[in-house]
Amino acid sequence: MLYSEKVMDHFQNPRNLGKMDDADGVGEVGNAKCGDIMKIYLKIKDGVIEDVKFNTFGCASAIATSSMATEMIKGQKVEDAIQISNKAVVEALDGLPPAKIHCSVLAEQAVKAAVADYYTKNGIELDPEIFNSCGDCESCESCAHGE
Amino acid sequence: MKTVYADNAATTALSPEAFEAMVTCLKDDYGNASSLHHLGQKAAAEVAKARREIAECLGAEAGEIYFTSGGTEADNWAITNAARLGMKKGKTHIISTSFEHHAVLHTLQKLEKEGFEVTYLDVHSDGYVRIDELEKAITDKTCLVTIMYANNEIGTIQPIEEIGKLCKEKGVTFHTDAVQAVGHLPINVKEQNIDMLSFSAHKFHGPKGIGALYCRKGIPLMGFMQGGAQERNKRPGTTNTPAIVATAAALKKCCADMDKNIAYVSSLRDKLIDSIVELIPRTRVNGGRDKRLPGNVSFCFEGIEGESLLLHLDLKGICGSSGSACTSGSLDPSHVLLALGLPHEIAHGSLRLSLCEYNTEDDIDYIIEELPKIVSMLRDMSPVWEKIMKGEN
Repeated sequence: MLYSEKVMDHFQNPRNLGKMDDADGVGEVGNAKCGDIMKIYLKIKDGVIEDVKFNTFGCASAIATSSMATEMIKGQKVEDAIQISNKAVVEALDGLPPAKIHCSVLAEQAVKAAVADYYTKNGIELDPEIFNSCGDCESCESCAHGE
Repeated sequence: MKTVYADNAATTALSPEAFEAMVTCLKDDYGNASSLHHLGQKAAAEVAKARREIAECLGAEAGEIYFTSGGTEADNWAITNAARLGMKKGKTHIISTSFEHHAVLHTLQKLEKEGFEVTYLDVHSDGYVRIDELEKAITDKTCLVTIMYANNEIGTIQPIEEIGKLCKEKGVTFHTDAVQAVGHLPINVKEQNIDMLSFSAHKFHGPKGIGALYCRKGIPLMGFMQGGAQERNKRPGTTNTPAIVATAAALKKCCADMDKNIAYVSSLRDKLIDSIVELIPRTRVNGGRDKRLPGNVSFCFEGIEGESLLLHLDLKGICGSSGSACTSGSLDPSHVLLALGLPHEIAHGSLRLSLCEYNTEDDIDYIIEELPKIVSMLRDMSPVWEKIMKGEN
């Protein structure tokens, strides 16, 4: 099997799937041209992520990494959520095939983009060390598109 | 769980005829076809008979068939040979198309590095080459035209007879990668003026690891490996007797049933395409509908990605394939879909279902029942679909 059981579980039964009308922060990253787009919605109260939803266009690993990332940040303090790395998401899924690592980078970036949106809306300054935008596919090191 | 195998363009199930021929050969005719003793000669006779039968199915002579390890080897051999012959005469131009199989494309790219010039004909949005464009591309430097008989992803059948006629008039060697066509479409290499043709047995219910190159008598064919005298000194290596007899058995069966199979499989194909186009909005059928392989169904569904679709289909027991980046091993979608001019984001949502005479009406009904549910579910979670619905794309 190409994917671990955990990946297949999150792919078949994605957690926190859906949209949110009254989100406090929304982040969308990726590019349809590259085949992956992730959109994450956050509901934040007293600095804690109370609820999270996601929508993803992409392969099984894109769906599974979005699902796992939302599960990992739900109930977390916002400042802890943005510390979750793509590696942690990959580990939580018992690994991804090498060609799919860029999906986990996208999941990390989607969380950060949603938090950045929340910070911006609330006048909180963004730490450029953390919020280095993924931008387009060409700037993604884990992705062969720029080559 | 029910299994519906709809990936026959990738490979097919072995036919009972091929299985029987192969097992009998493995058990009883195990002699080396190059040996002088009676077991060896029995194997040699079986191979000779198979070669005659295969040649007959293609309208060729037995002496024009050279067995190989499959379609890839036959393509490499044919193209490299034609290039070497061209080089001797100072002809270093080759014409092909932008949607050939990688066995052809990568061989051509290698030749380009060695100094050959290759013209890749446009296959237009419908997936067919145009004869007038081919004619314009031929120069006095052209040594080879290599155009696939029918495309493996989108099923479009090229105007082979017209290409053959034109190449004959112009004195240019014509090779066709007929891997998807042999056993599925009526072929006569003489009537169609085909100089070289490659095929692979596992695409028509024969075994894997065997194929052949047809090379018209009169074209000098040079071997590319060193070894024994097999295949009339052209292709060394112990004769793969069981695979060869099974290939003949499979091809004979396909050719005997061809008219019936074409009618039946085309009807399954048309029912599947018509139903899905009706049931799933914003579905694109890739490749023209008219001149199309009987078993080929190729869609792009806007707003979703092919690998997710394939895996969900597989969870329902349906085996298909996709030209999406995520299934290609690279991050770009299939070069065939891009050759049609499809944008990347649409090519990512491709699905190929390839049918054969073993599929039933029930199989098609099952796909028609399951596929729309999966597409709808994936669209519900897709930000791309959300934008399409809002009219932003």
